[in-house]
Amino acid sequence: MRREGSPWQGVWTVMAKEMADQLTGARMRILELLALVAAVGAVYAAVGNIRSNIGEDPFLFLRLFTTSREPLPAFVSFLGFITPLVAIALGFDAVNGEFNRRTMSRILAQPIYRDALLLGKYLAGLATLAVVLTAIWLLVAGLGLIFLGVPPGGEEVARGLLFLLATLAYGGVWLGLAMVFSVIFRQPATAALASIAVWLFFTVFWGMLAGVLAQVFSPLQYGFLEEVLAQTRMEIALSRLSPNTLYAEIVLALLNPTVRALGPVLPIQLHRAVLGAPLPLSQSLGLVWPHLVGLIAAVILFFALAYVLFQRQEVRA
Amino acid sequence: MDKVIETHGLTKIYNGTHAVQDLELQVQRGEVFGMLGPNGSGKTTTILMLLGLTEPTSGSVRVLGFDPARQPLQVKSRVGYMPDSVGFYDDLTARENLSYIARLNRIPSAEARRRIESALERMGLAEQIDRPVGTFSHGMRQRLGLAELLVKKPEMVILDEPTLGLDPGAAREFLDLIRGLKHEGITVLLASHLLHQVQAVCDRVGLFHKGRMVLEGTVRELSQQVLGVGHRLRLEAEGDGIVERLKDLQGLVRLQEQGDHTYILESERDLREDAARAVLDAGGRLLTLRAEEPNLDEVYTHYFQEIAYAS
Repeated sequence: MRREGSPWQGVWTVMAKEMADQLTGARMRILELLALVAAVGAVYAAVGNIRSNIGEDPFLFLRLFTTSREPLPAFVSFLGFITPLVAIALGFDAVNGEFNRRTMSRILAQPIYRDALLLGKYLAGLATLAVVLTAIWLLVAGLGLIFLGVPPGGEEVARGLLFLLATLAYGGVWLGLAMVFSVIFRQPATAALASIAVWLFFTVFWGMLAGVLAQVFSPLQYGFLEEVLAQTRMEIALSRLSPNTLYAEIVLALLNPTVRALGPVLPIQLHRAVLGAPLPLSQSLGLVWPHLVGLIAAVILFFALAYVLFQRQEVRA
Repeated sequence: MDKVIETHGLTKIYNGTHAVQDLELQVQRGEVFGMLGPNGSGKTTTILMLLGLTEPTSGSVRVLGFDPARQPLQVKSRVGYMPDSVGFYDDLTARENLSYIARLNRIPSAEARRRIESALERMGLAEQIDRPVGTFSHGMRQRLGLAELLVKKPEMVILDEPTLGLDPGAAREFLDLIRGLKHEGITVLLASHLLHQVQAVCDRVGLFHKGRMVLEGTVRELSQQVLGVGHRLRLEAEGDGIVERLKDLQGLVRLQEQGDHTYILESERDLREDAARAVLDAGGRLLTLRAEEPNLDEVYTHYFQEIAYAS
């Protein structure tokens, strides 16, 4: 049975309304404050370190993002920590909130499909996330320019922007997860807790678990090089199921042009390699392309899952 | 005549139980149709199927000539729906809430602005137009719900328990508004279990029980079917031998004496003339003669009592 009419009808209206809600809500005030603290802290941490070795590093601008100074973390680790939380905060009450406010049946009685409601909310979340991240990014870049006084090169800017894009995709994954839970659980608090539980699992436990699983499934029996390699490869493959790992590796390769591989490297493979020489952007991008595709695929996957679950849900509370 | 709603064998099964079963519902254009029945009798499920918000398990539905399962956008742009315990976005003002709905219905913004202001004016919410809905009382939210329907200007409105939790004054106002809608030629489908309100505004009613529409018709027709009584007279008269004369009237079902000179006559047909003549023929003095509307309350109570006995 085919249905008539466009599933897009109303998407932009829903998106505009949701985004307006997000941007004017109390949640956004908190996010803005976090963004400010993160940016200032990161620049403060980085600038002191970078000043001491100006002129030695061809990628000074990128150091802004990656340099840390005890006890402050580097900007990237801060962002890797804060982005999932922001994304979850934007998505955990998207669908169940409508049910709890008893607005769902009223909105769905308007001439739009459910597709439009869900997609509008998803896009609004992504757009809000993009606004927050871009604001932090620009803040860091701007403060860096002021304190360092060295303009970034074209490649540095390109790497920085790709880093921003990867962060957005990474946030999109968590936004998607939060929205899936917001469809499954009627209580927003439950959805938020479930999302954070998954995030904690991947942040804290998955790394250890990947190691253990690799030892179980690919044990070292004789200590051959092949066995060690197989185990390492398996551990890496397993750990890459986590969006955290994917994101960390993307950031590593994009912001450190000297990184030339993301897996085990044998000495024989380094034969004739010029160690420490930076890779061109295209090569770095090639290195993380599968990761980036993986993250974006996860975003789409979560959206599809939320979509299917939402379509099958009864409107009656 | 022009049928606005037409269903044939409409059935919906939720988790193995029949929420709605073989529903044959016809509603004419411009009519006010009341859906009656206890909670869980299938009223809301029927409404959701009419709007295409839930898919029928089997059977066919036509709303304004469209199939709600295949052409939901066509249906939903022409039908206004006010769910039971209607909710709004508490952080937004009354105006913002309605303008969101107007945009979803693709009403041009200047026109929407005008409609929103006049609708809120008509609902007595003009003062609160720029106040967040979070501060609204239950009654104000209900009125805002109706204002939304006025903004949408639908061909048909579906109201699910619209007067639930309203104080008597507000409920009466609400019924006036429903009459106003009918006056504008808008078809109204009203689901409720507040019987006297349904009786007050509805042209026809359907009685729902366990997913089936067990009775359908005007209140008088239902009364005839359930109580065997379509007409009821309250008669006050003095004189001897009146009772005997009245008892002989053709079509009389029940005669009750209330107090000294008051009689209640329940009958299949209109007995006003015959009863008056009987009193006069008996040489009695006729004090009052008033036809009483059959009472939906009684029909309802009686019907469900019978069912309870039967089971």
